[in-house]
Amino acid sequence: MRPRADDRAPAGLLAAARGGERRAAARLLTIVEHGGPAAEEVAEATHPLSGGAHVVGITGAPGSGKSTLVGVLATRLTEAGGRPAVVAVDPSSPLTGGAILGDRVRMEAATAAGAFIRSVATRGHGGGLALSVPGSVRVLDACGFDPIVVETVGVGQVEVDVAAAADTTVVVVTPGWGDAVQANKAGLLEVADLFVVNKDDRPGADDARRDLELMLDLSEVSGSAGDDRPAVLSTTATAGDGVDRVLAAVEDHHRRLAAGRGLVERRARRYDAEVRARLGHLLEDAVGHLLTGEPAGGRSSETPVAAARRLAGRLLAGGEHG
Amino acid sequence: MAGTPIRVVLAKLGLDGHDRGLKVVARILRDAGMEVVYLGLRQTTDTIVDAVEQEDADVVGISMHNAGHLTLAPLIVCALAEAGLDDVPVVIGGIVPEEDRGELAAAGVAAVLGPGASAAEVVASVRAVLGADAPTS
Amino acid sequence: MNDEHRTLSGIPVDPVYGEAPLPGDFPYTRGIHPGMYRDRHWTMRMFAGFGTATDTNGRFRELLRSGGTGLSTAFDMPTLMGRDSDHPLSLGEVGRGGVAVDTVEDMAGLFADIDLGAVTTSMTINGPAPILLAMYVVVAEEGGVERARLAGTLQNDILKEYQAQKEYLFPPRPSVRLVTDTIRFTAAEMPHWNPVSVSGYHIREAGSTAAQELAFTLANGFAYVEAAVAAGLAVDEFAPRLSFFFNSHSDFFEEVGKFRAARRIWARWLRDRYGATDERSLKLRFHTQTAGVSLTAQQPEVNIARVALQALAGVLGGTQSLHTDAYDEAHALPTEDAARIALRTQQVIAHETGVTGVADPLGGSTYVEWMTDELERRAEEVFSRLEDEGAGSILEGVLAGIDSGWFMREIAESAYRFEREVNAGERIIVGVNAFTEGDEGRAGRLLRIDQDTEDLQRKRLDAVRRARDDGAVRTALERVAAGAAQPDVNLLPALVEAARARASVGEVVDVLEGVFGTYVETVVV
Ligand SMILES: Nc1nc2c(ncn2[C@@H]2O[C@H](COP(=O)(O)OP(=O)(O)OP(=O)(O)O)[C@@H](O)[C@H]2O)c(=O)[nH]1
Ligand SMILES: [Mg+2]
Repeated sequence: MRPRADDRAPAGLLAAARGGERRAAARLLTIVEHGGPAAEEVAEATHPLSGGAHVVGITGAPGSGKSTLVGVLATRLTEAGGRPAVVAVDPSSPLTGGAILGDRVRMEAATAAGAFIRSVATRGHGGGLALSVPGSVRVLDACGFDPIVVETVGVGQVEVDVAAAADTTVVVVTPGWGDAVQANKAGLLEVADLFVVNKDDRPGADDARRDLELMLDLSEVSGSAGDDRPAVLSTTATAGDGVDRVLAAVEDHHRRLAAGRGLVERRARRYDAEVRARLGHLLEDAVGHLLTGEPAGGRSSETPVAAARRLAGRLLAGGEHG
Repeated sequence: MAGTPIRVVLAKLGLDGHDRGLKVVARILRDAGMEVVYLGLRQTTDTIVDAVEQEDADVVGISMHNAGHLTLAPLIVCALAEAGLDDVPVVIGGIVPEEDRGELAAAGVAAVLGPGASAAEVVASVRAVLGADAPTS
Repeated sequence: MNDEHRTLSGIPVDPVYGEAPLPGDFPYTRGIHPGMYRDRHWTMRMFAGFGTATDTNGRFRELLRSGGTGLSTAFDMPTLMGRDSDHPLSLGEVGRGGVAVDTVEDMAGLFADIDLGAVTTSMTINGPAPILLAMYVVVAEEGGVERARLAGTLQNDILKEYQAQKEYLFPPRPSVRLVTDTIRFTAAEMPHWNPVSVSGYHIREAGSTAAQELAFTLANGFAYVEAAVAAGLAVDEFAPRLSFFFNSHSDFFEEVGKFRAARRIWARWLRDRYGATDERSLKLRFHTQTAGVSLTAQQPEVNIARVALQALAGVLGGTQSLHTDAYDEAHALPTEDAARIALRTQQVIAHETGVTGVADPLGGSTYVEWMTDELERRAEEVFSRLEDEGAGSILEGVLAGIDSGWFMREIAESAYRFEREVNAGERIIVGVNAFTEGDEGRAGRLLRIDQDTEDLQRKRLDAVRRARDDGAVRTALERVAAGAAQPDVNLLPALVEAARARASVGEVVDVLEGVFGTYVETVVV
């Protein structure tokens, strides 16, 4: 990482951040986003200190109003004396690795009210999140922020990975959403703990709501829905209308999770998902290493399948380290 | 692993809506592999300082077209210093007369990009104020 | 038609060449008047506005003394954004680049000792335009001039603010309603007033291409027509009073084609789509300004040549009025010398080049006619897209395009493409990426507004606040709020009363914000 005037070690940063120094928290997030040994050190230090915060994931198509909604949520939470933090994810350019992170624009009031907002680039990770997001959430949790709201990238279809990183998943749809996410409706139903029909001021909002309720009815009949039927709420995020009910529903969902086994199960799921993502990442690195030793075009007598099998054998035997 | 991208906070100070330059600069920096936290129009010293702090920005770029640079640029530099962020260099862009550059430099502005700065100059000046290598092309 | 015209060699020339449709004939591709500049030159309109109302009033009166009849007002940024001079965000911006108007008292100062029944006034303002119009009406009436006698133009084009210039105050829908209210008000009570100047200028300055400028501007024009018709007006009641404002950039024949295509498109759409029958509704009148963005900070004197060529394109495109930029504007406000050279440039075109002798002298050029057709075709593509988006309504299509950030994305793409081409050397900008030797001499003197203006203006505002009847202000503002909450009420009468009660621009805007809300742009980088 680039040398900085502020080059405190992770432990020192964490102590300062827990004491309320925002810049220290921000530095820790940078370390986590960067990865490597220092990030692992941060993970070690924050793991035992985290688990208290309620993690809320917000997903939805591009332009559905996620940032606007998150902005109002964070403002209201702050004004009510809470200490919310926001992690807002935007895509990195696959070509240059650069990114333009624009979510803060819609969260100006939240910033002014004192909420902590961090913009994050995917840095090549798929699924609407960055690989570092669970680590970032852990840092913010350890620093006493609660709740932690994660806004995913808005991609063509609703991304469902966020459900594995959050306690409560809010899916934002807008009038006319049905056409846009046709293919992924089933996935949506599976992950949503709460539906928000945003842009209620627009024509077609009633249709969108009906459409959703109908889908939920159908999935209840077929038995594919979970125990809790997700509520469908309406908002006009730009005017702040309906946001208080969303907030209440999110808090209510958290209470219900905490009252039963829900929260424990979700945390276990979150843990597993992170292990899986990290493992995948490590394997990818390891595969890269393995392949650097291989001649281009393979060996004359070996089929590609056989070559892959041979290399996998070496990997599993622990002959290579990523 | 590749290094962490340079993170730049970009904001427009002043009441006017001239954001063409700011947008072009955002794209130039993105295409040079940097992460741009875009704040857009009508920011205040407070929102800029908050963003620089929370985003752990390496550099902050402020665009001004209201001829208020001699008043506002020093305010930003001071506000950052008061927040303990004086190691984050401030780059000013927009309509800044040659004769004002000395005064801005004295006020702690790290670099000034005038109208007509090329993409290469924009990228080079961000790298330069960070003490990083100038680009090769 | 004017008497005969001879070239420098003494050859007599006809007022127009070619076959019908000629200038003055539908669809007015070749111009809206048969004689064009032989009958009357374009209006050489130069902007004035700086410091306090008193400062600008001095300039105005000097202008009138030297024979001018048209006053063109530039407001400072706080006024344009509906903020009072004592608002924290106004710091450092009061009286810079335009005049500060907080209350009707400033408006009165601006036009002190000027007979408002005898001049035309153009006010470049958008978000708070109805508030400023209301103040102008009050100043006139308090001076004994009825509103029906007032003549002038309000820019009042809010749609392009969301698309390009970003000086909006409220969300798009209530803002369009304010525009419609102004159109209704002036149609009923101010027959000589142009309530909207539909402006492509700022779309172009934000980085659009000529084709986009043409398409977006006309689409906005159609949107206002639809909004006014929806509010119950007949198209011929207001369409003759809509005017346009275009940019003139450096690609000479493309610009000429753009102006010609604009007239043709407007005429056809107004007649065929909106059912206008009054010829004045079909004739697109426009003001032109040379392209501020094309001015370079390097070798600024070269800008004089750029401005001259751009101005010539505007004239050959048939503009009704023209503003030429000063060569030193890439640095700051223009100096007086530079502003004079800019005006002289227009005079050279008008009196020395002979281009005024023949209407639409480029008409019939295979290239220019092709360019005109091509730009029209591209604009029609945009209109189709917007109609699809808006389920048959251009107004809804434009609002949807604002909401989704489509316009802003299109403009940003073009701006970036241009920038890349310049950086790659694929496009030559003289003095910038080629022929750069000789850049030592930068523009010398710069006009600066001193800090005292700001303090002075705040004191004036303070004095007005102390002298007025607060109860009357409260009542007037309550009426504004009540009217705002009812979409079918015309807000203008309430705004006139608020102005009369000495409510400030910022106070009225705050009240409206309370009802309409604010707007955060869809960020498209
Ligand atoms: N009419 C209306 N527009 C809204 C509403 N909420 C958000 N918008 C607008 O929708 C656009 C997108 O809003 P964002 O909050 O940026 O949406 P997003 O989902 O975060 O977008 P991405 O992060 O780009 O995927 C903006 O123009 C908002 O003003 C609403 O309730 N009604
Ligand atoms: Mg967003």
